[in-house]
Order: sequence, then C-alpha cells, then structure tokens
Amino acid sequence: MLSASHRLQADALSAEANRTAYGKCNNPFGHGHNYVVEVLAGGDVDSETGMVVNMAALDEVVRQRVLDRFDHANLNCDPLFVNQVPTTENLCRAVFGVLKDAMPAGKLEYVRVEETENNFFEYSGS
Amino acid sequence: MVELTRRATFSASHYYWNDSWSPEKNEQVFGRCARRNGHGHNYTLEVTVAGEPDAVTGFVVDLKWLKDAIESEVLAAFDHRHLNIEVPEFAEGKLIPTTENIAVAAWKRLEPAVKKAGGARLSRVRVYETPEIFAEYRGEA
Repeated sequence: MLSASHRLQADALSAEANRTAYGKCNNPFGHGHNYVVEVLAGGDVDSETGMVVNMAALDEVVRQRVLDRFDHANLNCDPLFVNQVPTTENLCRAVFGVLKDAMPAGKLEYVRVEETENNFFEYSGS
Repeated sequence: MVELTRRATFSASHYYWNDSWSPEKNEQVFGRCARRNGHGHNYTLEVTVAGEPDAVTGFVVDLKWLKDAIESEVLAAFDHRHLNIEVPEFAEGKLIPTTENIAVAAWKRLEPAVKKAGGARLSRVRVYETPEIFAEYRGEA
C-alpha cells in the first residue's frame, strides 16, 4: 500500500476548465489516497524452486523502486509528474515503467493501482 | 492503453427457473436457487473501460461520468428490485437472472452510453454474486 497526496491540475487548461475536468480533485492544497498497488509477474514455474519469481526478491524491488519513492510523498513533486498530471492512470504507467526492467525473474504482466475501494486502473505495457 | 474500473453495488432478489422444465428438473439443476419465493444478494458490479489517457487531463474517462452512467443505465433498474419480476430482460421468464446473464445485460445497457461518450471503449463487465462467485463478460469477439 502506498499513501500519497496529489492534486489534479493541468497547466494547459484555464482555472475554470480545471475545475470542470477535475472537480474536487482540483482543490488547491491536494488530497490523498491509500493506493493499493498490485504487481503481476508472469512466467514459467521454475522446476527447482516451484516459483515464477521469489516473492521476497519481488517485494524488495517494489519497495526500493516504488514504495521508497512514492509512499508518504506528494506525487506532484516527483520529477515523473512535472509534465503530466498525477492521475491514477499516469501513476499506473509510471509504476510499470520503473518496474518493467527490474523484475528479479519473470515478466511484468501488469500493474494495477486501486485509488479507492470504488475504482482501480490497470496497465499492461501497451 | 489503460483500463479503468469503477465498482458499484446493488442489492436484488431473484430465483432460477426454466419454464420449459418440470419443477423436479428445475429443483434438480438449480437446487436452492429454484425456490420460487426467491432469495437475494448484495451484488458487486465492476465496469471496465479502456482507452489512452488524455494527454492534457491524464484521464481515460471522467470517473464521475462513469459513476453516473452506471447509476442511470444499470443500478436504477436493478438495485432493490426483484430481477425476475421487475427487470425487462428477465421478466416473464425471458431470461434466467444468473450472474452470467446479469453481466451480459449490464454490458448491453452500458455499451451504447460508452460509445456515445467516445474516448474509451467498454472492455469488461464483472458481476460478483457473492465474494466467491463472479461472472465476467468482454463483449462478443
């Protein structure tokens, strides 16, 4: 789980257009979520270990590359979100991007990010 | 392409019954689900749309729009209703309100609204009858 704040504001749009597009998510001081991040690794089951990927190794990669970076952070302050709005769609793609070449085994199949209990987003790399 | 899913819940009653079968056969195939007084569930509906995030807003679709569309196209008809009696797709024995058929019915109700809004396509409708059982429909291939 990743607790972070964000504010949805597109600099290319006027203040009115931002308010219309984002509603309460445009409130000036931001707001937060407990994001739930799921990482799906796919691959063949290793004949010796019985694993697709060692879960402890995957946890460590996710901790270093995702949690240490985004947990208890303000997403708007991260370099990844200088030129794009930190919607959960873009967060999903960003997490995929930082993980895809760092998998200890197997292939990154998708990243799923649950913003609230009522909505979640999935990105499979294309 | 990013897939965005909105969850909603509705509470409804139903029973499973095929009018062209004998009562014995209905009871044999459907078990307790064939009881004609019906029974109920808290269903969970997950509606997934797919598209490219807008380069400016970062949205696939406006989540508020999707929430309202689910409410007006599906929940208004299904929530706190008896599916066999009050929902046109299932009324008069036309279709058995199984989880599978509810998923397809929800898809057919939502697809025109999603197409009209543009920007994303309806990708998946999943209906949980209980936390352990769900049916999923992705449209015709």
